[in-house]
Amino acid sequence: MKLQYGFARSLVPARTWPFFIDVGVAACGLAVFFTIVKTGVYWLGKPVPVVPISSSIRVLPLYASYSIVRMVLAYMLSLVFAVTYGYIAAYNARLEPWMVAVLDILQSIPVLSFLPPVVLAMVSLIPGHQLGIEMGVIFLIFTGQVWNLAFSFYTSLKTIPREMVEASRIYRYSAWQRFWQLELPFSTIGLVWNSIVSVAGGWFALIFCETFTMGNRNFQLPGLGSYIQEATYSGDVRALVAGIGAVVLIVVATDQLVWRPLIAWSDKFKFEQVESADRVKSPILELLRKSTLFSTVPGRLAGQIEEPIYRRLSRTRECRVVQPLDAGRPAKNSPGYWALIAAVTVAVVWAAAQAIYMLSSITWPDLKLLLEGAAATFLRVNAALLISAAWTVPVGVAIGLNPRLARVVQPLAQILASVPATAFFPVLLIALVRLGGGLGIGSIALMLLGTQWYILFNVIAGAMSIPSDLREVASLYRFTRWQRWTRLILPGIFPYLITGMVTASGGAWNASVMAEYSHVKDRTLEVIGLGAQIDAATDSGRFSMLLLATIFISLMVVTMNRLVWRRLYRLAETRFKLEG
Amino acid sequence: MQEPAIQNGAADRAATEAAGAVSAQNPVAEAIIRAEGIEKYYAQPSENRIQVISATDLSIVPGEILALLGPSGSGKSTMLRMLTGLSRPSAGQVYWHGKPIAEAEINVSIVFQSFALFPWLTVLQNVEAPLQARGVEPEERRTRSMKMIDTVGLDGFEGAYPKELSGGMRQRVGFARALVVEPEVLFMDEPFSALDVLTAENLRSELLELWSKKTMPTKAVFLVTHNIEEAVLLADRIVVLGRNPGHIRTDFRVQLPQPRERKSEGFTQLVDYIYKVLTRPDVSPDEAPDHQHPTPRVRDQRQMKYQMLPHARPGGVAGLLELLLDKGGRDDIYRLAEDLAFEIDDLLPIVDAAQVLGFLTVEEGDAAITPTGTEFANSEILRQKELFRDAAVKGVLLLRQIRRALETKSDHTVPEEFFLDLLDEQFSEEETQKQMETAIAWGRYAEIFDFDAGRRRFVLPDAQEEAVAPAEEAP
Repeated sequence: MKLQYGFARSLVPARTWPFFIDVGVAACGLAVFFTIVKTGVYWLGKPVPVVPISSSIRVLPLYASYSIVRMVLAYMLSLVFAVTYGYIAAYNARLEPWMVAVLDILQSIPVLSFLPPVVLAMVSLIPGHQLGIEMGVIFLIFTGQVWNLAFSFYTSLKTIPREMVEASRIYRYSAWQRFWQLELPFSTIGLVWNSIVSVAGGWFALIFCETFTMGNRNFQLPGLGSYIQEATYSGDVRALVAGIGAVVLIVVATDQLVWRPLIAWSDKFKFEQVESADRVKSPILELLRKSTLFSTVPGRLAGQIEEPIYRRLSRTRECRVVQPLDAGRPAKNSPGYWALIAAVTVAVVWAAAQAIYMLSSITWPDLKLLLEGAAATFLRVNAALLISAAWTVPVGVAIGLNPRLARVVQPLAQILASVPATAFFPVLLIALVRLGGGLGIGSIALMLLGTQWYILFNVIAGAMSIPSDLREVASLYRFTRWQRWTRLILPGIFPYLITGMVTASGGAWNASVMAEYSHVKDRTLEVIGLGAQIDAATDSGRFSMLLLATIFISLMVVTMNRLVWRRLYRLAETRFKLEG
Repeated sequence: MQEPAIQNGAADRAATEAAGAVSAQNPVAEAIIRAEGIEKYYAQPSENRIQVISATDLSIVPGEILALLGPSGSGKSTMLRMLTGLSRPSAGQVYWHGKPIAEAEINVSIVFQSFALFPWLTVLQNVEAPLQARGVEPEERRTRSMKMIDTVGLDGFEGAYPKELSGGMRQRVGFARALVVEPEVLFMDEPFSALDVLTAENLRSELLELWSKKTMPTKAVFLVTHNIEEAVLLADRIVVLGRNPGHIRTDFRVQLPQPRERKSEGFTQLVDYIYKVLTRPDVSPDEAPDHQHPTPRVRDQRQMKYQMLPHARPGGVAGLLELLLDKGGRDDIYRLAEDLAFEIDDLLPIVDAAQVLGFLTVEEGDAAITPTGTEFANSEILRQKELFRDAAVKGVLLLRQIRRALETKSDHTVPEEFFLDLLDEQFSEEETQKQMETAIAWGRYAEIFDFDAGRRRFVLPDAQEEAVAPAEEAP
């Protein structure tokens, strides 16, 4: 199995930027928050039509297609944005440190906490229509998907071998030709793998976002998520099974019809000198390749469009003079540039200050509550992580060390990981309510559902990667069970385990927002926690609480990432790397 | 075989005369590419700057194959990149037919060491791509590319992907792509060094054939190489670079007629001469061999300047000395390289290292083992380490400083960063890392210090261990 592009939601950049950029990014975040909330508040109080959700099985295909369309739109948007963002970050030396810092922070904070203000803002922009909610939801999925794609594209651009870049310069490629013949192909594999992760995360959020309650207002969108919830609450088991079945079917179909062919196809972009023996096979791709229509028409069409472009571009200066790679000193800044910088700074500082001013309405009891909530959520997330690791490590190792079993389980685990756990959440909730259990256990269970798979198949991959000669050494010298684990297996899977844990931790934080506060029919279930406070604050329209809770959650995640995960990651990369 | 210019062992003189002749017989106006006082340096935060190449003049004139030779670190590749306009000189100017290169529509190609083919494009698409950039129509593009693929002997492979081809065939694609644009100057950056010996030989002779029969429209060829024989085989003119910072040591014309015989006297003399130039970095090649410094390297203590540590492993040094001892303690470096089947770039660092440690001296292209060197080669491992330690602490400033710092500090540990910062003042970032790696390898071997790779700290080895080591002295 090739997991060099692993299922990591957060990629780890080496931190090279100075601290003031972090502060600047935080200020921008506050400013954005303030603007969104301000626009959102305008709308409060205006009616929004609530779409009744049917639980008849006949509407299921329609609902499924609604969800798919949302997903596709959000993904397309993400891809285009990611490529643009990565491109600018890689080639604009002045913006680069800022843009990478933004990426690093945004990819780790739980976007779902922004759901309420984002939906409010979107609805206010298009008042009185479902379209506002639609756009809010799509935008939210987009913000959850885009960062790892952008980061992957950016790193790819930065790691193109120097001589390839030089070849493109000396043969005087235009930026256009360079993009299509060098940069995009070189980044394809990374983009494909990250798309898989992104889309899985997207489903997780989408299912949740489709039914979103704020106070006594329901923002409902017809789709799979709302269908499942409706079926659960009305106790319609048939509809429930059908709904969950549809979700699983879509995920499996995407895997077989889209991802596998894409992975197999992207093999040709692998930057290797020798053809590798093991690669992903896809019968669908074979079929497409054999069809004459598919193999000739796109090429001809592309030619029709391309040729005039190349002809025109060849007359530009870029294609006539060799462009140096070390572009010398940056041009002197014009007064206009400084004025712009000053204006942006003033605007950001003002908005950030306004947002902070909003916090002045927070009272001590509020703060105490939030701190308690932060502690509770922190414990819950880590409990979920520990439980996941506790069962996935032994199971994953057992599977990984048995190649035959691994071949069967690995793809299965991969699919399981992409089935959105949120689909099962309503069922879980009802069960908990019936059994009299609290949401405290429920929220941990939801986090588990969403995150343990990442750890599981990273551990499987890690166990598979332990070289057999090392294992033979272990049996030759009759290592005890304890020695085997401490000297061979745990160090061997360490990098993979960390990758899995980093991803799982991100997922768990994200899930906490929706897991801690829930409406079942008329009852509101909640446990103490930051996620619950975010939801409750939205319900009551207390934006200061919402802001502070969001700041807390972001701070906690970013600090954890920097202090714990990143260090472990470095350790994994240096000390525990098994070099072939 | 006739060798008009170089006879009776007069290679040095002939070459020197030829070097003088180059500038006289090629007036500036004729040059396709002319570099005037080009320099490359990197500014450091602390006002220091790292000079990679000192001010250099160089011209590429029509009708010649020019080979640029030099040890690693002499800036051969940087020079090529400045001459092609890929890299801007820090000072000075490069002209293309008299026009500054940043404004001229230059027509050159580069054949790369790593081939730099696009793996997702077929052979044909790879060759076509440069023409596409120039807006050539599809039909013409195809015919020209197919013709060039035929010329380099790849007909039938136009639909293949590079990874399906062998290394030699891939470099043929590299040549086809370079020649399809009909460049005025063909640049080659160590084009054969990633290939096995036979393939490289084959490609070299085919290139010469294309060149001499004028099958390729190219007016001049600029070859960067570290392989001396390759340069002498192919070039009409050879420029040898020295390092720290990069500069031209000698520039001369090769008068041997083509095809050249490796075994011929003129050939070996020329190779010998270049070896001599390369192995004596502190001697100006035109000088008489008498007035030179007696010691190979003078340390400049006032500036606390670090010498460039040659990147050789202690085991390599020991191996070389043992081989040298077997040969009676003195041998031609050229022959040593041949015996070991080493490229000059592989052997020179080892020779340099042995020289820094005072285990051998280099005279007239010969390596001669010193008494300490003899003792080292004859000793068993613990004694070897001891000798190495004494020599390294004496000869290498960085190691001496690390050792002293460890002895002075109460906890006997020092972070690596401390020394990286010092090295940083003088070397580029990459070179600093390499210097440190070599220093760590030497220091660990000689037990001058331990290095904790996890914490990136130097640690003084246990005092006990040290006490044991000298006790088991060699006979």
